[in-house]
Amino acid sequence: MANTRNGRPSQVFRNLNSKVASIPMVLTASVVFVGGTIWTVVHSFTNSKLLPRLNFVGLDQYERLWNSNKWLISIENLFIYGVLTLIFSLVIGFVLAALLDQKIRFEDTFRTIFLYPFALSFIVTGLVWQWILNPDFGIQAVVRGLGWTSFNFDPLYNQDIVIYGILIAGLWQGTGLVMCLMLAGLRGIDEDIWKATRVDGIPMWKTYLFIVIPMMRPVFVTTLVIIASGIVRVYDLVVAQTSGGPGIASEVPAKYVYDAMFLSQNLGQGFAASTMMLVTVLIVIVPWAYLEFGRRRHRG
Amino acid sequence: MRYHLTTAALAATVAFAAPAAATDLEVTHWWTSGGEAAAVAELAKAFDATGNKWIDGAIAGSGGTARPIMISRITGGDPMAATQFNHGRQAEELVQSGLMRDLTDIAEKEGWKDIVRPSSLLDSCTLDGKIYCVPVNIHSQQWLWLSNAAFEKIGVPVPTNWDEYVAAAPALEQAGIIPLAMGQQPWQTSLAFQVLVVALAGSDVYNKVYGDKDADLAAGPEMAKVFEAADKARSMAAKSNVQDWNQATNLVISGQAAGQIMGDWAQGEFAVAGQVAGEDYTCLPGLGVNEVIQTGGDAFYFPVLKDAEKSAAQATLASTMLAPETQVAFNLKKGSLPVRGDVDLAAANDCMKKGLDILAKGNVIQSPDQLMSADSLTQVNDLFVQFFNTPAMSAADAQKTFASIVAAAD
Amino acid sequence: MADQATISAAGLGAARTSASEAWGPRPRRALSRRNIIIYGTLTVVALYYLLPLYVMIVTSLKGMPEIRMGNIFSPPMEITFEPWVKAWATACTGLNCEGLSRGFWNSVRITIPSVVISILIASVNGYALANWRFRGADIFFTILIVGAFIPYQVMIYPIVIILREMGLYGSLTGLVLVHTVFGMPILTLLFRNYFASVPEELFKAARVDGAGFWAIYFKIMLPMSLPIFVVAVILQITGIWNDFLFGVVYTKPDVYPMTVQLNNIVNSVQGVKEYNVNMAATLLTGLVPLIVYFISGKLFVRGIAAGAVKG
Repeated sequence: MANTRNGRPSQVFRNLNSKVASIPMVLTASVVFVGGTIWTVVHSFTNSKLLPRLNFVGLDQYERLWNSNKWLISIENLFIYGVLTLIFSLVIGFVLAALLDQKIRFEDTFRTIFLYPFALSFIVTGLVWQWILNPDFGIQAVVRGLGWTSFNFDPLYNQDIVIYGILIAGLWQGTGLVMCLMLAGLRGIDEDIWKATRVDGIPMWKTYLFIVIPMMRPVFVTTLVIIASGIVRVYDLVVAQTSGGPGIASEVPAKYVYDAMFLSQNLGQGFAASTMMLVTVLIVIVPWAYLEFGRRRHRG
Repeated sequence: MRYHLTTAALAATVAFAAPAAATDLEVTHWWTSGGEAAAVAELAKAFDATGNKWIDGAIAGSGGTARPIMISRITGGDPMAATQFNHGRQAEELVQSGLMRDLTDIAEKEGWKDIVRPSSLLDSCTLDGKIYCVPVNIHSQQWLWLSNAAFEKIGVPVPTNWDEYVAAAPALEQAGIIPLAMGQQPWQTSLAFQVLVVALAGSDVYNKVYGDKDADLAAGPEMAKVFEAADKARSMAAKSNVQDWNQATNLVISGQAAGQIMGDWAQGEFAVAGQVAGEDYTCLPGLGVNEVIQTGGDAFYFPVLKDAEKSAAQATLASTMLAPETQVAFNLKKGSLPVRGDVDLAAANDCMKKGLDILAKGNVIQSPDQLMSADSLTQVNDLFVQFFNTPAMSAADAQKTFASIVAAAD
Repeated sequence: MADQATISAAGLGAARTSASEAWGPRPRRALSRRNIIIYGTLTVVALYYLLPLYVMIVTSLKGMPEIRMGNIFSPPMEITFEPWVKAWATACTGLNCEGLSRGFWNSVRITIPSVVISILIASVNGYALANWRFRGADIFFTILIVGAFIPYQVMIYPIVIILREMGLYGSLTGLVLVHTVFGMPILTLLFRNYFASVPEELFKAARVDGAGFWAIYFKIMLPMSLPIFVVAVILQITGIWNDFLFGVVYTKPDVYPMTVQLNNIVNSVQGVKEYNVNMAATLLTGLVPLIVYFISGKLFVRGIAAGAVKG
């Protein structure tokens, strides 16, 4: 911050150029994200149906939202899905990356195999996994066909575990990217660190846990933002796999928003739900993002 | 393609004269399956024959996918020339905002009021005495489709009504046949329930509950009977592990399931599988109890356009859609019933003829789309998909929730 | 974390050599305990990843009757390429029976400018954030990161209004703008981290030579940031190529991307589901990003290594 005040002409010029270059970011952040958010929040207090209108109805939409069974189930599902996705994709991604980093043969092949699902859209991912998990002709049918007739595996048709069926497909699609990011992080670790820990006789797992992972902090930050934003927005996958079913057991908030806005034609309700999502994201993200991106200085 | 003026035989029947210059009109709709596309092609052919050009904008996936696109286009100030909507209350607000074209002058000129049958179809296109849409077909939902093979297998004659069907369920189950096929999507379970209401409680109750939003009746004993039947249907469908309606229909076609409650579009599936009505499958309108059909269907709306030439072409398109030739050609392909009574449907199959008969007798009701807002309907859909998938949810509880939705409905 | 520790402990007994070194000969015999664990784990996981692809390919080569009866894992009794031909050339979207081929060039027309422009803008943003910080920049950057969490659907109407007011609604330019806006959070984060890792000495030397903002960007930063551009290109191509919602909401039928046809083939509500055509269409649509991955997989890892490691 000091450089804006020290008055050297080159500093002023430098900041001017930087500001000019940042115009797209400033516009995106202020007009689209902040503007769009304010617009959404304002309209969440209205009874807008098919078209956005400013007929204010106070907190009616929120009252209905929190009285809705579907919304409560959505939140619970997002919580389970989110926590498990975070844990599993980080752990699996990291373990795969660590294994690939052992100077193995066929690294390119394995890496490509783990990464390719990321190239396919969620719609497709959901469709394929819907098949594989279908008890009548998927895994269950095949295992039963092999003679184990009591074998039961129908996550998409069981209300209690349907969200895990979606998790299986979500992890399939997303962990490849995490693995790649982690692998890149591991490749960036200085070789001297490994040499030093070997000399000191520190076990390999301790080196990973207490030295390497803390050093990979920026990778984890990037990964976390990518995974977490994907979790909050999860929609297509659920629609393609279960359409929220069986019953309403696999509803998620983004789907609640979309359904309210375009199926029920109750924009106000959709905006209220998305405002609640935004508030939650803000409470979690903003303090963290500010610490992460706002406090550290690189150059004077 | 532009010089179709010679095929003006059809154009001549169109009261509104075709403009001299060919005008491109973009039409959006969500008819993308084989039969549907063939039906749309008939509309396009008829329109192209007037010297204009139909630019097709098909988007699959009715509610969730196509609707935001259509609404965005219209409110974004760059509307298409015509767009499909289920008629009913879906487009009400667009009309109120003055974004939709008033078709009253064309309708009066051509006497739509006299030719469109039943008249409720035109009523749903009407707001404050003005007509804003063109109904193109009638789709009915009140059908029970039965696999003849399944009943042959257990040695029971094919049921002729709901009660016989329910009575056969244990035997079917013993033979390893799913008594009732049911897809998991919310609208399917909700459809099954509506059909049960109409068939078992009667049209009056249906009209009072869905139309007048009579919450007391919804909570009353007559509806309790329907909820018990729905409970029965739930246990009959317990082993039906499919998502889409056509997968459920396929269970019936292959004889894995004995029956399905579904709209008349299921016929397309039977036809594709080479099955014949009466021989391979049986259709029971109104579950064989109360032969009534709903008169929902599809309609086209015409956004207000600035371009005068395009506006003129819109009028041509509107009247082309209602022309008798177009109606016959379109509906035969679509498997639906025409909206005008003065056309000949000799090529219709058995089940379609049953439908035409019921229509001629006037045993018709309005579809929920026409009676309730999309918001309330989604709540109803959500309730029934939950009910049908949660054995622990009692019929009484479901009825209580249903009554509260009806009470709050608009 | 338990299993991770076990694998790491068991797996890392061997001497570790520099990552940048080329492959040497295998240091140990092929069937050591370590190798069995590593390759065993990788193979099992690889099978899980390959299973859906196998199902897709096998299904796309079957006829419909076979699909109706058989199980999804069995190889086709009779191989047919019909579904592929149909998906590419004859599957109907309403009246247009040209399959996916109709949207292919539109997708290219949308993807190329969107990828180029979104990456150029995000890279300059990242550069400004990393090397030329100014008061308030962090606030906007934080907003941008939060923006990455907003469900797309919520923004449909506000963006319709913005585009309408700008007079860009329905145009390709408008769509490119939308992709630029929604690609910005993650891309800016990547570029910012990358440019911050460029040695400070290099930057200072250029400043002493009198180079300004743009001179340093074009002469120093751009030439040395190929890897991160590769990462950005891959991410954007995947995202934009697979996008359906924006392509269809903000443009007109004559510029609809390939995913619209894919949606129409896969999501037909009323009609017979042709699973073989669905799968072929899916694979065809995914082909472009898949090819990009196969070609540039190595560059991808190298690029991320450079971009995401140091913050």
